[in-house]
Amino acid sequence: MTIQGWILILAFTGILLALAKPMGLWLFALYEGRRTPVHAVFAPVERGFYRLSGIDPAAEQGWRRYAVHMLVFNIALALCTYALLRLQNVLPGNPQAFRAVAPPLAFNTAISFTANTNWQSYAGESTMSNLSQMLALTLHNFLSAATGIALAFALFRGFARRSAGTIGNFWADVTRITLYLLLPLSIALAVFYMASGVPQTLAGSIDAATLEGGRQTIALGPVASQEAIKLLGTNGGGFFNANSAHPFENPTALTNFVQMVSILVIGLGLAFAFGKAVGNTRQGWAILAAMTILFLAGTGLTYWAEAAGNPILHQLGVPGGNMEGKEVRFGIAASALYAVVTTAASCGAVNAMHDSFTALGGLVPLFNMQLGEVVIGGVGAGIYGFLLFAILAVFVAGLMVGRTPEYVGKKIEAREVKLAVLAIAILPLIILSFTALASVTAAGLAGPLNKGPHGFSEILYAFTSAVANNGSAFAGLSANTPFYNGLLGIAMWIGRFFIIVPMLAIAGSLAAKTYTPAGAGSFPTTGGLWIGLLVGIILILGGLTFLPSLALGPIADHLAMIHGQLS
Amino acid sequence: MGQDFTSSLRPAFAMTILFALLLGILYPLAMTGVGQTIFPDQANGSLVRDAGGRVVGSALIGQAFASPGYFHGRPSAAGKGYDGLASSGSNLGPASQALADRVRADVDAGRSPTPADLVTASASGLDPHISLEAALVQVARVAAARGMPEEQARDLVERAVERPMLGFLGTPHVNVLAVNRALDALRP
Repeated sequence: MTIQGWILILAFTGILLALAKPMGLWLFALYEGRRTPVHAVFAPVERGFYRLSGIDPAAEQGWRRYAVHMLVFNIALALCTYALLRLQNVLPGNPQAFRAVAPPLAFNTAISFTANTNWQSYAGESTMSNLSQMLALTLHNFLSAATGIALAFALFRGFARRSAGTIGNFWADVTRITLYLLLPLSIALAVFYMASGVPQTLAGSIDAATLEGGRQTIALGPVASQEAIKLLGTNGGGFFNANSAHPFENPTALTNFVQMVSILVIGLGLAFAFGKAVGNTRQGWAILAAMTILFLAGTGLTYWAEAAGNPILHQLGVPGGNMEGKEVRFGIAASALYAVVTTAASCGAVNAMHDSFTALGGLVPLFNMQLGEVVIGGVGAGIYGFLLFAILAVFVAGLMVGRTPEYVGKKIEAREVKLAVLAIAILPLIILSFTALASVTAAGLAGPLNKGPHGFSEILYAFTSAVANNGSAFAGLSANTPFYNGLLGIAMWIGRFFIIVPMLAIAGSLAAKTYTPAGAGSFPTTGGLWIGLLVGIILILGGLTFLPSLALGPIADHLAMIHGQLS
Repeated sequence: MGQDFTSSLRPAFAMTILFALLLGILYPLAMTGVGQTIFPDQANGSLVRDAGGRVVGSALIGQAFASPGYFHGRPSAAGKGYDGLASSGSNLGPASQALADRVRADVDAGRSPTPADLVTASASGLDPHISLEAALVQVARVAAARGMPEEQARDLVERAVERPMLGFLGTPHVNVLAVNRALDALRP
C-alpha cells in the first residue's frame, strides 16, 4: 500500500460525501415535483410525453397500481429488447454485420438490462450491433435506473405521508427522474468522456497496419453516450467485453475517478433525500455514516490484499502487488477501490478482472453483493434495500427494550417486518440454491475456467451477482450456455422484482399509518448506538447466511494461495 | 387489480416508444454529432497515422511487439494477443497452475526481480502502457538491437513517462506504441 493510494481513497470518499447534499437536494426537488433549472429545456418534452401517453401526472396511485404499472412497463421494455436483439441482423445500424442474437442469450440479456443488472454472457464488440447497443441497451440503462429511483421515492412517501392511500405516480416519477436528472448529467458526462478519448461514432471498426507489419482491427462505436449512463445509472454493462478496463471505455486515471464518483453519487444523494423527505436530515446522515463505515472497511481489506500480492508469483521472482487482470494506468489502489465501489452499488462495471484478484481481494466484492448492496447501493435499490434492514434493526431493538418498534415516526408492526424478512430472504435463498444446483450438474460444472475452490467461487459469484442485480463477474465462467443464460436470467428477474413488490407493499402499509411522535421510550435512530446496531444487523445477517459458501470458495482459495497449492 | 392492469397498457406502450426515440436514438445521435464536430480525433478512436497518412494504430490501444528492437507491452489475453475485436483478461485465479506456468515461462531467469506488469496479463488485453520500471529493464536489449547508446534509449523512455495527475491519480507509465514510434523516428 502506498501513501498515494490512501490519498486516492480518502479524496474519493471526501468528494463523494461533499456531493451527497447537493445531489440529495436535487433528488428531493424531483421527489416533491418541484421545478429545477433544467426544466427550462425539458419541460415541454415532459408535457408532450404525458399528452401522447394519456397520463395525468397529478393522479396519485396506491401501492398496487404503482406496482402494476411499473411491472407492465418493465415487461414491455424487456419484450421489445428481446425482439430487437433477435432481429438485429435485418435492422439498420449493423456495420459489423453481426448475426441475430441467439434466443437463450437474447432472453438473458433482455432480463439483465431490464433488471438493472447488466450481466453480460456475451462480448459486446463481437455480438451487439450499434443499433442494439443504442436502442436496446442504452435505453434500458436510463429506464432501469429511473425505475429504481422512482421506487425509492415511493418508499420515502410511505414513511413521510400520514394516513394516506397513495404513494405517488409512477409515470411522473420515472419521466422526471429521466429528463431532469439522468439525461442532463449523461450529456455532460458523455462530452467529458469524448474529450478524454472515448469514441463516439457510428462506424463499426477500423483497420490498422501495426509497426511490426501486422494487422490490427479495432472495434469502435457509439461508446461515450452509453458509458455516461452505464455508470450514473449503476447499470454496468460494457460496450466492450473488458468493460471499463477497455481503454476506449475508460482511457485515463481521471475518467476512472469520474466513473467511480458517478457510480455512487446518486445512491448517496438518495440517503440524504430520505432524511429531507422524513423531515429530519440527521436520519439521512446516520444512514450515510453506517454506509461509509462498511465501505471503508471493505476498501481497506481489498486494497491491502491486492497490494500484498500473490505469494506464488513472489516465489517466481515477481515481487509486489497483484497486477494480473489490472491495467497499468490505474494501478492497484484505483483497481481495488473500483471493485469495492462497483459492488457497493449494484453497478457491476469493472476496471480490472475480479476473477484474477487475490482470494481475499475478490472476497470483498462478493461479500458486498451478498449483503444486498446496501453499502451506499445502486440507484434506488441501495436505499430501499437499506431501509428494509433498518426496519429489521428497529424490530430487533424493539425486542430488546420490549416496546413496539418505530422508525422515523411510523410504528413498525408485524406486517412490515414479515414483508421485510420476505424481501431480504430472497437473496440467500436464490443465490445458495442456484449455486448448489450448478455445482452438482454437468451443465453447471462445465462453466468454470479455473479448477478447485476458485472454480466454485466463479459459480457462486455469478449467482450472487445475478440475484443482487450487480452484473460483474468472475468472468472466467463460460456463461453463454442455455443452462447459465436461463438460470441466471431467472435469478436476475427474481432478484429485482421479488424484492420490489414486498417493498412497495411496505410503502403502502406505512403510508396508511398515522404519525407517532418519538417518546421517551423510543429507540433513537440517529446516534452512534443506532449506527452500530445497523452495521451489526447487516453483517450478522450476511455473515451467517453466506459464511459457509465463502469458506468453500474464496477462503479455501486463500489457504491454497498462501501454501502454494496450485490447481 | 384488473383495472390497475388495463389502465397501464396505453402508458406502458406509448412511453416505451417515446423513451426509445429520445434515449435510444436522439441522445446517442446528438452525442455523435457533438463528438464528430468538436472532438473528431477522440470520437474516431484517437488514431495514430504514419507520414503517409496510413493508420498504424490507436494511441489508446496496445499492439503486439515481439522483436528485440522494440519495447514490449504486457502479456495479452485478447484473442491471440492484442486483438482489437476481442478484449479480455486471462481470468486466471491466484492459485491457478496455468497462471504460475505462464509467469514462469515469461520471467527472464537472468534478471530478477521482474516488474510485475511485464509478466501479468492486463484486464483488457489491450493495455497500451507499461510501468516505468518495465520500460527501463528493456532499455539494454532495445539499445543493443538497434546499435544505439543505452543512454539515448533511456533518455527516450524518461521523456515519454506520463506522471500521475495531481500526484495520486494513476501510476507513472509509458505508452508502448508512442515510445516505439519515437525509437523509429530517432533510429529507424
